Amino acid sequence: MKLLKNLLGWIDERFPLIETWKLHLSEYYAPKNFNFWYFFGGLAILVLVIQILSGIFLTMSYKPDALFAFASVEYIMRDVQSGWLIRYIHSTGASMFFIVIYLHIFRGLLYGSYRKPRELLWIIGVVIYLALMAEAFMGYLLPWGQMSFWGAQVIVNLFSSVPFIGPDLSVLIRGDFVVSDATLNRFFALHVIAVPLVLAGLVFVHLIALHAVGSNNPDGIEIKKKKDANGIPLDGIPFFPYMVVKDVMAAVAFLIVFCAVVFFAPDIGGYFLEDNNFVPANPMKTPEHIAPVWYFTPYYAILRAVPPLFGSQFPGVIAMGVGSVAILFLPWLDRGAVKSIRYRGPIFKAFLAAFVVSFVGLGWLGLLPATPTYTLISRVLSVVYFAFFILMPWYTKIDKCKPEPDRVTFK
Amino acid sequence: MSDNVDRSKRRLLLAATTAAGGVAAAGVATPFVMSFLPSERAKAAGAPVEVDISGIAPGTMKVVEWQGKPVWIVRRSKEMLDLLPKHDAELTDPSASVPQQPDYCNNANRSIKPEVFVVIGICTHLGCSPSFRPDVAPADLGANWGGGWFCPCHGSRFDLAARVYKGSPAPTNLIIPPHQYLSDNVLLIGDDKKKGAA
Repeated sequence: MKLLKNLLGWIDERFPLIETWKLHLSEYYAPKNFNFWYFFGGLAILVLVIQILSGIFLTMSYKPDALFAFASVEYIMRDVQSGWLIRYIHSTGASMFFIVIYLHIFRGLLYGSYRKPRELLWIIGVVIYLALMAEAFMGYLLPWGQMSFWGAQVIVNLFSSVPFIGPDLSVLIRGDFVVSDATLNRFFALHVIAVPLVLAGLVFVHLIALHAVGSNNPDGIEIKKKKDANGIPLDGIPFFPYMVVKDVMAAVAFLIVFCAVVFFAPDIGGYFLEDNNFVPANPMKTPEHIAPVWYFTPYYAILRAVPPLFGSQFPGVIAMGVGSVAILFLPWLDRGAVKSIRYRGPIFKAFLAAFVVSFVGLGWLGLLPATPTYTLISRVLSVVYFAFFILMPWYTKIDKCKPEPDRVTFK
Repeated sequence: MSDNVDRSKRRLLLAATTAAGGVAAAGVATPFVMSFLPSERAKAAGAPVEVDISGIAPGTMKVVEWQGKPVWIVRRSKEMLDLLPKHDAELTDPSASVPQQPDYCNNANRSIKPEVFVVIGICTHLGCSPSFRPDVAPADLGANWGGGWFCPCHGSRFDLAARVYKGSPAPTNLIIPPHQYLSDNVLLIGDDKKKGAA
């Protein structure tokens, strides 16, 4: 014991270990009224760790070469000891990552977590989300199946619709005139090194920013406004051990679901792993029906809903791009008197409900083939989707809010 | 240490250092960005391809690879050619005014020989490869369908001269590659200036 204490003292003179522990864990005060929605930030970190660990092991058997990539994935599935398990953990982790992140973002919408003083925290989060989309998209090319190939072909071609520089830009991204070995090889490098490094850095910054401003809570009021004589928020409890215990419980529940998917339904009927991706990439033939993986389909449906204008697909691409970064502007669009849904009026609740319906509906339509009826529904839902943002300064202002409580509600 | 700091000189030095550093950074970035461009090998893979077309029966299609893309060669039957001018009103660009073809294919059939049609099988929308649907008036494509291509990705429709129908997400007709006949039955795709051609 004395030895340990001496060791800690030795380290502390050279590195702020105890100080860091206190600042971020044992003396970081989180609101005591956290609820179900506050599980997903911690779970996102858990999935990130799962993805990095399983990914490292996959790279040891995978070959980023158009001639060998598909076969090497099959090799992992059939011949590598436990390879199938590692691969299913990684593929399930990708979809679970988006489920967790979408719920984490929704929590922000519910309780106004993007409002002052958390604007920068929110912006960093949106950038993490964009990096995650890039990571998932590039990872999906690696198995080199039909969906990998044609999905990448369609997405990279989105860039060629940019006026003037488009065609050159898409060649620069692919490194070839079509999606090819060069594309596969560079996507591999970006997927296993570049984007994960960026993600890790951004997550670190996200946490530092969070701990500087403090967590929001389901009541949307600042616990730092009411402090005791020692300067500790009256409604705050130390993150360690209380919140850590809560997060461990969430992790256990989450891992039960995660394992159920990995062991019993790793492809979830074609939603987590699409059927066509079990066919090797064939640049000469597009499959009968192609759709992105479920987590991209809301934006894909927006893309398809916009008709070509002036002989160019660019407006649809713009709508898709704006649709995916629109949440970035929420801190300045929301003029509500209160943050939390608990004290908001009926208009905001109606708009938020319509937004959720449009997002889920677009996600569903994006999986289906484009028929005139579906296209019409997609157009209506796209209008609803953007109305949530464009009309926000107006409807949050006129909404009748209830008074916020003085202290957090806690039974 | 003197308190007489020459601030304007400092600012100048700071600006000069920043500018020089910026130029150096751009210079260093250049080779890395260059490595993202197609390699010499990728460029060389665009060599022209010779195709024997004698085996293509009327009304059928052959697919060959050129520059990694599918190129379709269709031998259009007499009935197919007769149907071509009949639906001009439904097309976005029936007279092929957008230069999506070499000059020698800028005619009613978009081809050198009316019956043999050569086109790059990549949708001008987002790069999928449309499916060949030569059947007339099938249930899913409607009674006015006179044969052509249907893109499964986003529903673009093209006639048998690869001209796009109105209402499709694809903005323009499909692209016709440079090509020439080396003899009656041998096509060269990717080059139209080779000497000694038929």
